[in-house]
Amino acid sequence: MGLVMLAGLVWCLGWWLNSRLANSPASKTRAVQLLVPAIFGITVLVVWELLVRGLDVSLVILPAPSVIAARFAVSVPILWQDFAQTILKGALGGYVIGCGAAFVTAILVDRSDFLRRGLLPVGNFVAALPIVGTAPILVMWFGFDWHSKAAVVVVMVFFPMLVNTVAGLRETDQMQRDLMQTYAAGYWQSFFKLRLPAALPFVFNGLKISTTLALIGAIVAEFFGSPTVGMGFRISTSVGQLALDMVWAEIVVAALAGSAFYGLVALIEKSFTFWHPSQRG
Amino acid sequence: MKSLVAVLTVLTAIVALWYAACVPMNIKGVLDAAERAGSEVTPATPKMRRDMSAFGLVANNTFAIGETWAQERPRLPAPHQVAVELWASTVEKKITSKRSLIYHAQVTLSATLLGFAIGTGLGILLAVGIVHSRVMDMSVMPWAIVSQTIPIIALAPMIIVVLYSIGVQGIIPKAVISAYLSFFPVVVGMVKGLRSPESMQLDLLKTYSANTSQGFWKLRLPSSLPYLFASLKIGIAASLVGAIVGELPTGAVAGLGARLLAGSYYGQTVQIWSALFAAAILAAALVSLLGVMEKLVLKRMGVRV
Repeated sequence: MGLVMLAGLVWCLGWWLNSRLANSPASKTRAVQLLVPAIFGITVLVVWELLVRGLDVSLVILPAPSVIAARFAVSVPILWQDFAQTILKGALGGYVIGCGAAFVTAILVDRSDFLRRGLLPVGNFVAALPIVGTAPILVMWFGFDWHSKAAVVVVMVFFPMLVNTVAGLRETDQMQRDLMQTYAAGYWQSFFKLRLPAALPFVFNGLKISTTLALIGAIVAEFFGSPTVGMGFRISTSVGQLALDMVWAEIVVAALAGSAFYGLVALIEKSFTFWHPSQRG
Repeated sequence: MKSLVAVLTVLTAIVALWYAACVPMNIKGVLDAAERAGSEVTPATPKMRRDMSAFGLVANNTFAIGETWAQERPRLPAPHQVAVELWASTVEKKITSKRSLIYHAQVTLSATLLGFAIGTGLGILLAVGIVHSRVMDMSVMPWAIVSQTIPIIALAPMIIVVLYSIGVQGIIPKAVISAYLSFFPVVVGMVKGLRSPESMQLDLLKTYSANTSQGFWKLRLPSSLPYLFASLKIGIAASLVGAIVGELPTGAVAGLGARLLAGSYYGQTVQIWSALFAAAILAAALVSLLGVMEKLVLKRMGVRV
């Protein structure tokens, strides 16, 4: 009971600290803006730990954060293997192929007004469909190893990337294109010097959406069959063995990988589209 | 009108490509079956055929092309096979039958809608809290944004098993997954929407001496609706994916995800494809239903498009 009351106390303390920080004159500074969510996260973890211990929640239902951290530390080699199999091979391989193919297709589509009219509604429609469902089919075609996961990722990222790139390539207005024409620029010259730079914010938007989709595709596809390594495989078998601390450790890896992947793309975006109003802020 | 022609052309091209792809994908299975039935096949043994490319086999055995669109368990079923299976398992079967896709779709749909309603409701509540409380904004909002970059669907198998072990089963575990998948997009979109009124408009309300709740109901909520609908469309698609994935780990007996899994266990490709199309049709129907609602609501509010 004491631990539960302590949890309540910690929660109030964290909240009080955050409200002091948020309403203080320093709340606009970068440090405080990072500190407040960090305090909130730590408070949640501590309360979680205290509640699980205080209420004697069974490990099978909800492992405490300390147990998860211990499991994480012990199984780093396994986690690394799973990470390499699912993220580095499956997700990243599919991401590069899918986004590359969509980019090239978008350039081809952009040359024909008819194709663009036809493909954009279809692409928008397909982007809203539950494409993860193709996983059993692609696993059947490409086997259990990472190739089938990469294939699922390709299918998942293709349409969001295509739609965004095509929209981006339309971004320039008639005046700008006319100016390029008065400079006697050829198609590729005006493409590289005008239309591609103008399209970059859209392209990066597509790339950022695709990072999450790639991880989802690679992990979910492993639920339909995989070799005995991989994050999706480990999650589904550990759930079967009720080793939930392992599942949480994999989820921590997935969360870290997801935000790192997204952050990396956002960093690259920043260095390429530094001129765009959204980046100058 | 011009767009319609273009869309139809693209769709026709996709179907044509699909039929063409069936030939090399299925040729090996067709030739094996033909050999067993006693037909003349070049090259004669399965072993020699394995070393040849699919296109070489097609070129050598042109008589078999028609068969590639009519196999019982093809690697890639032809469009008409999927359409026939869809028709057979929706219209011709009784809705209560275990083999009716409508029955399975309804199982998935009820979990999706329940979860979507819970997730949207909670999401809107949290967004209202975030807009009105600086502390919540600074503490929770960064986490809500980060959550969109991580594959939280990986939690699905665990939620199913944990809820099962404490005695909750049936529709609720799937709905929980659907709920948290639709929750975060709604929070982020709704916060954006509730913040969309300009300071001029907020100032005007202040000169009318409107209090916070009047400002909320008369200005913030109406101007957030376009943002809300945009994120509802994302949310319902995510909810459906969540419900389908939620049916996988327990080997559920009913639902579109269970159909996909059963099909992949028994190599029933036509069944997989028809379940996939049923899921796609369901998603399209839900998203366009929200689109119609959006149009009606915004029109009533006097928004001109």
